[in-house]
Amino acid sequence: MTNKFLLSGNEAVAEASLDAGVSLGTGYPGTPSTEILEHFAEIGGKAQWSPNEKVALEVGVGAAYGKARAIVTMKHVGLNVAADPFFTAAYTGVDGGLVIVSADDPGMSSSQNEQDNRHLAEAAEIPMLEPSDSQEAYDFTVKGFELSEKWKIPVLLRMTTRICHSKTIVEKKIRPSKGYSNLKFVKDLRGKVMIPSNARPAHLRLREKIAELAEFNEESFFNKVEKGLIDTGIITSGISYQYAKEAEPDAGILKLGMTYPLPFDKIRSFAGKYKRCIVIEEGDPYLFKSIMAAGIEVEGKHDIFRLGELNLKRVRKILAGENTSEEIPPCGKAPQLCPGCPHKTVYEALKKLGCTVPGDIGCYSLGTLPPYEAMDTLLCMGAGITVGLGLRHILPEEKAMKVVSVIGDSTFIHSGITGLVDMVYNRPPTGHVVIILDNNTTAMTGLQEHPGSGRDIMHNPSHQVKIEDISRAIGIENVDVVDMLKNPEEIEKIITKRLSEKKTSVIIARRPCVLSVKLKAKI
Amino acid sequence: MNDTINIVIAGIGGQGVIKASDILSEAAFTAGYDVKKSEIHGMSQRGGSVTSDVRFAKKVFSPTVPPGEADFLVVLADDQVEINCHLLKKGGKLITSKDIDLSKIPNPKTLNTALLGALSSFIGIPLKNWEEAIRKLLPPKSTDMNIEAFNMGRKQ
Ligand SMILES: Cc1ncc(C[n+]2csc(CCOP(=O)(O)OP(=O)(O)O)c2C)c(N)n1
Ligand code: SF4
Repeated sequence: MTNKFLLSGNEAVAEASLDAGVSLGTGYPGTPSTEILEHFAEIGGKAQWSPNEKVALEVGVGAAYGKARAIVTMKHVGLNVAADPFFTAAYTGVDGGLVIVSADDPGMSSSQNEQDNRHLAEAAEIPMLEPSDSQEAYDFTVKGFELSEKWKIPVLLRMTTRICHSKTIVEKKIRPSKGYSNLKFVKDLRGKVMIPSNARPAHLRLREKIAELAEFNEESFFNKVEKGLIDTGIITSGISYQYAKEAEPDAGILKLGMTYPLPFDKIRSFAGKYKRCIVIEEGDPYLFKSIMAAGIEVEGKHDIFRLGELNLKRVRKILAGENTSEEIPPCGKAPQLCPGCPHKTVYEALKKLGCTVPGDIGCYSLGTLPPYEAMDTLLCMGAGITVGLGLRHILPEEKAMKVVSVIGDSTFIHSGITGLVDMVYNRPPTGHVVIILDNNTTAMTGLQEHPGSGRDIMHNPSHQVKIEDISRAIGIENVDVVDMLKNPEEIEKIITKRLSEKKTSVIIARRPCVLSVKLKAKI
Repeated sequence: MNDTINIVIAGIGGQGVIKASDILSEAAFTAGYDVKKSEIHGMSQRGGSVTSDVRFAKKVFSPTVPPGEADFLVVLADDQVEINCHLLKKGGKLITSKDIDLSKIPNPKTLNTALLGALSSFIGIPLKNWEEAIRKLLPPKSTDMNIEAFNMGRKQ
């Protein structure tokens, strides 16, 4: 019993990282991935919040170039931000071990889209592992590092909300490693400098690695066949396995744990054994299309099951070949800004002034709900500022002068700074007004620190990047800091004044998040 | 697989729904069951609906309780009963604050453990596993109070 633990998938990845001797963990918070790095730091791993996912991945790649094991964590949309290094790191490969976690959010419990990042593994030609519970989250992380080191290639650990946040029993089978000692950078210009003349042969080498990996995957530890009692075979992966197993316990099952590159011979021989062979997968028909394209005849699911999460009921329907419209569960209470939340006064002012408000992502996105209904757009992190600029450029003057962008402090550091640069470089004729809602934390995802909060992942002091200094250095004409605890009434006056001026203005509305104040009191 | 016990705990963010399901799953785990527990978290803000699913048996597959298949539905906020009762199976047991004597719990914050106490009398997890789980998962200074609330709920 002693080596068994009840862990969430996220905790399991963190524990595995520690046990596998990971030298550095980097990432940017994002539901459902956040707790991986938090837990890794708590149990003694060296972990750090990066300003954004691109930085996190590049730092992780650097560590893995130096023969270390590194883990990089993010939510699915974070991999869009990190896509640039992701694609080319497949070409350079790594000398140590690099596991990149993409935590997808089918059903969008806390996200702006439900993109299926399995496509990104295939597009970047990076091997992908998909655990189906916390045990596999643990095992696949450990094996992922071995795979990465053996083939000198980054590995994508693709999780989903239910894997990340469900707690299941984990048995630790390996002895904790003491970490790595022969860390060094070996000069290899052709392998590491992706100028076109080096990148062309690198792509060819990558194709060869993928071909070898596909062969390896035919008999790999990651895929399991379970014999059935009936003439139905199910091909599945990740959380869908659990639903399939429960919905049709008598079916034969091919559970794929390594879903890029796929083991087509294994799939072909499995499919050939059953009268009916059906693919049960959450999200896009990634497995279905790949398997069909390989000339293996299988059954898929109706398009409505592409949306949202799967569950036992939906999988029963897929197995029964039904596509009847689904009952919509009653709506719960939406979350609300906490009593005393510093964002409230800002939205009251924006509503009163009748502003057009391109917004961004964070707790303050709730400003779009009643009673405020004062945030008009949400696209992706950082876009609050830049969508505002687009509107300022094309709207007639009197409408343009009502446009105010809002963005949180963590989001500003993540991807708002380049928007400010554009604001002064390609200055709209009416200038622009940006409000930075500085509550000194990344509240939305559970109160993580960031460079602007001046504390590290364990809440210890670190260098603080000052938002007002950045804004001034970029050349913003007016930089105001409003103390929302002492003078909340100031905010409406300042917004009104700056809106009338045709200047570039940044207003920093500053007051700590009430929950973070409580958290700090506890620490 | 029909012996799986399906429990949903529901309430409002900040009430201790997740803590309650942590205690329940830890107790089932140390009692030797296979356990799976699932919920969606991430949003810091308060006041939104929260549910957490716990399933235990000799072997459990899906971590979520399918709607209409919960054996027990424990609801911490009375206004959350209506939107969650579709989760309960026919003949399933609803447990709410009405099942305990609110005037007797040591502190309103212990409502979650008091309701776990009420639930505990219907499921076969030994008392010692419950106590251990409470001691492990709650801060030391509040454990006595919570164990008192638990026992109070259990007696009702
Ligand atoms: C690329 C990307 N990474 C991460 C997230 C998850 N996420 C959404 S908003 C946010 C930051 C919120 O912090 P802040 O801007 O300070 O606002 P607050 O919640 O504190 O009000 C994060 C991490 C995301 N949506 N997209
Ligand atoms: S968690 Fe903080 S920022 Fe978010 S709503 Fe509550 S007080 Fe506001």
